[in-house]
Amino acid sequence: MDDPFTTEKYTAKSRQAISDKRLQGALAGVQGRLGPATQKMYTSQPEGAGIRQQAHEIRQRCIENLDILLETLADKVAENGGQVFFARNAAEAVSYCLAVAKKHGVRTVVKGKSMVTEEVGLNQALQGEGIDVAETDLGEYIIQLAGEKPSHIIAPAIHKTKEQVAQLFAEKLGIDYTPDPGVLTQAARAALREKFLAADMGITGCNLACAQTGHITTVSNEGNIRMSSTLPRVHVAFMGMERVVATLKDHDILFRLLSSGAAAQKLGGYVSYVGGPGPADYPDGAEAFHLIIIDNGRSRMLADPAFREMLCCIRCSACLNVCPVYGKIGGHAYGSPYSGPVGAVVTPLLAGLNRAQDLCFGETLCGACKQACPVDIDLPRMLWELRFRLAEGDETWGAAPVSRPEKYAMDAFAWLTCHPAAYRAALFSASRMQTLVGAKEGPIRQLPGPLAGWTRSRNLRKISSRPFRSQWKSRKQPD
Amino acid sequence: MMPVFSKVTLFVQCMVDAMAPDAAMGMVRLFDRLGIGTGFPEDQTCCGQPAFNAGYRTASRKSAMHFIQVFENAECIVCPSGSCVAMVRHHYPELFAGDLHWLERAEKVGGKIFELTEFLVDVLHISDVGAAYQGIVTYHDSCHLLRTLGVGPQPRELLSHVRGLTLVEMVQSDRCCGFGGSFSIKYPAISTALVADKIDRILETGADTVVGCDMGCLLNIEGYLTRMGHPVKVKHIAEVLAP
Repeated sequence: MDDPFTTEKYTAKSRQAISDKRLQGALAGVQGRLGPATQKMYTSQPEGAGIRQQAHEIRQRCIENLDILLETLADKVAENGGQVFFARNAAEAVSYCLAVAKKHGVRTVVKGKSMVTEEVGLNQALQGEGIDVAETDLGEYIIQLAGEKPSHIIAPAIHKTKEQVAQLFAEKLGIDYTPDPGVLTQAARAALREKFLAADMGITGCNLACAQTGHITTVSNEGNIRMSSTLPRVHVAFMGMERVVATLKDHDILFRLLSSGAAAQKLGGYVSYVGGPGPADYPDGAEAFHLIIIDNGRSRMLADPAFREMLCCIRCSACLNVCPVYGKIGGHAYGSPYSGPVGAVVTPLLAGLNRAQDLCFGETLCGACKQACPVDIDLPRMLWELRFRLAEGDETWGAAPVSRPEKYAMDAFAWLTCHPAAYRAALFSASRMQTLVGAKEGPIRQLPGPLAGWTRSRNLRKISSRPFRSQWKSRKQPD
Repeated sequence: MMPVFSKVTLFVQCMVDAMAPDAAMGMVRLFDRLGIGTGFPEDQTCCGQPAFNAGYRTASRKSAMHFIQVFENAECIVCPSGSCVAMVRHHYPELFAGDLHWLERAEKVGGKIFELTEFLVDVLHISDVGAAYQGIVTYHDSCHLLRTLGVGPQPRELLSHVRGLTLVEMVQSDRCCGFGGSFSIKYPAISTALVADKIDRILETGADTVVGCDMGCLLNIEGYLTRMGHPVKVKHIAEVLAP
């Protein structure tokens, strides 16, 4: 398979997104609606604006005690008749799920939207075994029909217009072309209803889990996750191992913040707590419940104090909705189900620092993500940290230094900054040299070598022939 | 009560020194007018932020040590750049986290460095510097100045007291302009898309001048404006407060 993380791909996909006017409109729309609305939600919580810091402390405490919480959760789920599997990596998670499917004679699967199943590549594996997989979140259903990837954590089809969906549904569902969202939604509903009723297995993610009660929580605004987890005979839930909290009290705060962060809602439309299979005398619920708790690189983050904080993330996507870079390049450029600022940090940590280096270098460090995060994660700090590991190399993450020429340039600049006379001389000669690249009058319009990126679209003011330090020397002292 | 400072020590950001000396001269005139003396240690160079942002901490640490040596005996340091102040105040302690001796020196310097508008409004409690500027001005919030230092109301307070100046807010004044240091060179397409949006927001206001407190953003904005042939003037706030 092609590596989704090359610099060429990041650049090409970014350019493609930037030149797509409809996508730019859609991204501006989602950011304009959700960014400010989410910010307002935080301040209207009964705890006040400090709730984000409070939630951060809760998450930090949970992460510090992850081993105990996960064990407690697993024990409770087992007590309730469910089965828990700890998967070290994507392959283990997928093959466990395939084994469950085989055991129960599963031919059809319905899925609730789950980024962690995207992370482990579940759909392809199931389809490889001849199992029919239907995504049931409307957005995920659209991109599944289109054979595409999600471009936003909670709004996976944000890159598609209603006209494109109309065309797609006309082709794939055999309905008449209409860009009417109501009609399109009804068509998807009718097609999915059949899938729900026929499905042998429902697969969901897990928004939060609670150790005290031994339940997982799923939330959707379409009711599709509840149907996926209650209608089929077998329910398999995939959960990133960091997603657990200790108590219902913790759960309450985080769940409210998840709803605010994700969709500026007080509470998602359909919230389900699932702790195991449905009892024999109970009309709802699956006959078998499996919880797959996935590591897949998370222990490595846990082991590194500089990146442990990333495990506090509850994947709400609030950071995507304020990130200026995401707002321009959209989700696909990130080459992973996790896009935006969260993706820029977590994807290099999961997929390899060097491999996904553009994601952390390709951000402006503006800090809007930190301000938007419901659990106050310092994403910019971790972007800086990743850059540091990449610039100087890092054994624990197997990172090789990204660029020798850049390192030499930085070393040379550092030397100059420590030798003021040489620094002054360099400044002076740079101001002389620039006449070679620029017109005699006005700004520089063309810079050489690696600096040419600037002047492709912008001029650059020249270095003054009389920098401040020269003017200071010759200035008349006031009396 | 205005604290008594007989003298402030200027840290003139490398970009201001080289490319916007008028802004630094404005700052000197401003303090002259307020009756506060200025000093400029001539051995000052760069705070080390470019290397830090690119990940080169070892190189950055060297620049930081030089900075600390030059400035640690100053009574108070004033700088016409939010990102440099953020670097010294917030990132120097990270750079020296494993070195108690330097950490202490870094924190000492970090405690007495102020961004220009922050110093005027929060420390000196001055909102009217007696300046005049004829024009319609819109203000761009720089990311590190606003989000790391929390400086946003201060420059507006100062601008709103400038005679003849009409301040018009742009939509999303706190949206990143796409500068981001080496980001602007490494990822020019994304950087350009961001600055293009910023220019649209500026032009929407009908302002004839855009003002900011960080030269990086201003060079980016000016570079795109002049390339596109828009006549909007770009000024560092010091040039407006003491023309």
